[in-house]
Amino acid sequence: MTNRAVVIGASAGAIEALSKLLPALPAKYPWPILLVVHVPPDTRSALPELFAPKCRIAVKEAEDKEKLRPGVAYFAPPNYHLLVETDGALALSSEEPELFSRPSINVLFDSAADAFGSDVVGVILTGASADGAEGLRKIRAAGGMALAQDPKTAQCPAMPEAALAACPGARAMGLAELAALLASLPEEGAA
Amino acid sequence: MRSPQAETEDIELRLLLEAIFQKYHYDFRGYSMASLKRRLSQARERFGCDSFSKLQEKVLHDGATLPRLLSFLTVQVSEMFRDPAYFLCLRRQVIPHLKTYPSLKVWVAGCSTGEELYSLAILFREEGLENRTLFYATDINAASLETAQAGVYGLDRIALFTKNHRESGGKTSLSDYYTAAYGGAVFDKTLRERAVFSDHSLVSDSVFAEMQLVSCRNVLIYFNRELQDRAVGLFKDALVRKGFLGLGARESLRFSAQAGAFSDFARAERIYQKEGA
Repeated sequence: MTNRAVVIGASAGAIEALSKLLPALPAKYPWPILLVVHVPPDTRSALPELFAPKCRIAVKEAEDKEKLRPGVAYFAPPNYHLLVETDGALALSSEEPELFSRPSINVLFDSAADAFGSDVVGVILTGASADGAEGLRKIRAAGGMALAQDPKTAQCPAMPEAALAACPGARAMGLAELAALLASLPEEGAA
Repeated sequence: MRSPQAETEDIELRLLLEAIFQKYHYDFRGYSMASLKRRLSQARERFGCDSFSKLQEKVLHDGATLPRLLSFLTVQVSEMFRDPAYFLCLRRQVIPHLKTYPSLKVWVAGCSTGEELYSLAILFREEGLENRTLFYATDINAASLETAQAGVYGLDRIALFTKNHRESGGKTSLSDYYTAAYGGAVFDKTLRERAVFSDHSLVSDSVFAEMQLVSCRNVLIYFNRELQDRAVGLFKDALVRKGFLGLGARESLRFSAQAGAFSDFARAERIYQKEGA
């Protein structure tokens, strides 16, 4: 059972930022990665198809009740919130949008902080929203690691700025540095 | 490692669900915990309680609390013709099968505030099947059923409903089915002439009729696996041989113990067909 996770939230500018981050991770990556990217509520999501060929880790859309596995990146499906259960299973929800977003970064980050406590690494990337700020604060408060893209390097600085303001314990860094840090997370235990 | 506070809250939450079950016989113990905890945290705030234990005390001692709490325990988010591709697939691929039956029964399980029931009633009218069909719309939330029975929706939602209806292959104009009054869209009451609204729990009740189509969308995601298996078992028992089961856009039978009883009918639209026995 995998009861830890890297959780990543991104909005406007996400594809470019994730293109620098996800392909940098090694094939036998020891953590599962959960991603919320703000996308329109169409039934199809292009993100897993876009990133899978570029990455050494496995990339797929998150399915309800699926067990988390290390070395796999799970994208939240369009029009559903993504959450994790304490037993390391994924859960979807069609509840109301949060801050006009479904999927919502806050919903994912809150549930990861609740389910896995200090064994969570939260990352806020570029975006024009304030989504994720409150969630990152909760991850830090539960003892997890809080990271944000350096707003100066972000295509849209608003989202990492909001996260850094809400979560003073968060560290800001450029994408190359973020990629190196994520790639060096320990094989076992917490970050 | 989880925080001690999160673990304590989980204990309190399980005790709250046990209290609701023992006192009111509503059983939420098999619901997916992550989203339920989230909704009940919102309820805790709304009721001014600083812990789930305080909320439990309130539920046990103030009878007016439970009906209000039900709207947090269940999810009422719905829209007409949600995921138009699902309704388009029903129209083009399922309806031709249904036309071969002299009479039809359709079960909208977990109908919430009724948007899906009216969507199906309109679709069946457009396809000429309405007069031979009986619709069952069931939910555990009495307030939602009342809203469903009234058939009045906010005018601000009509643009989305209209767009969805058009994309679902609608042959008429959605405006043919409602009149605007008092800031709401009042749907034609003849649409529900052939509908029975009733209180039914997928957790504790049994099958009540033989169906050709069961539509249960975005309900199973709120259940744990055991409860999902129970609900899908009910659908299996309710459906005639070769009957159809429609699920939400991101729901599947893949992890279900009952998967073997169904075959994929339209994989992308999440429509399944009961295997012949």
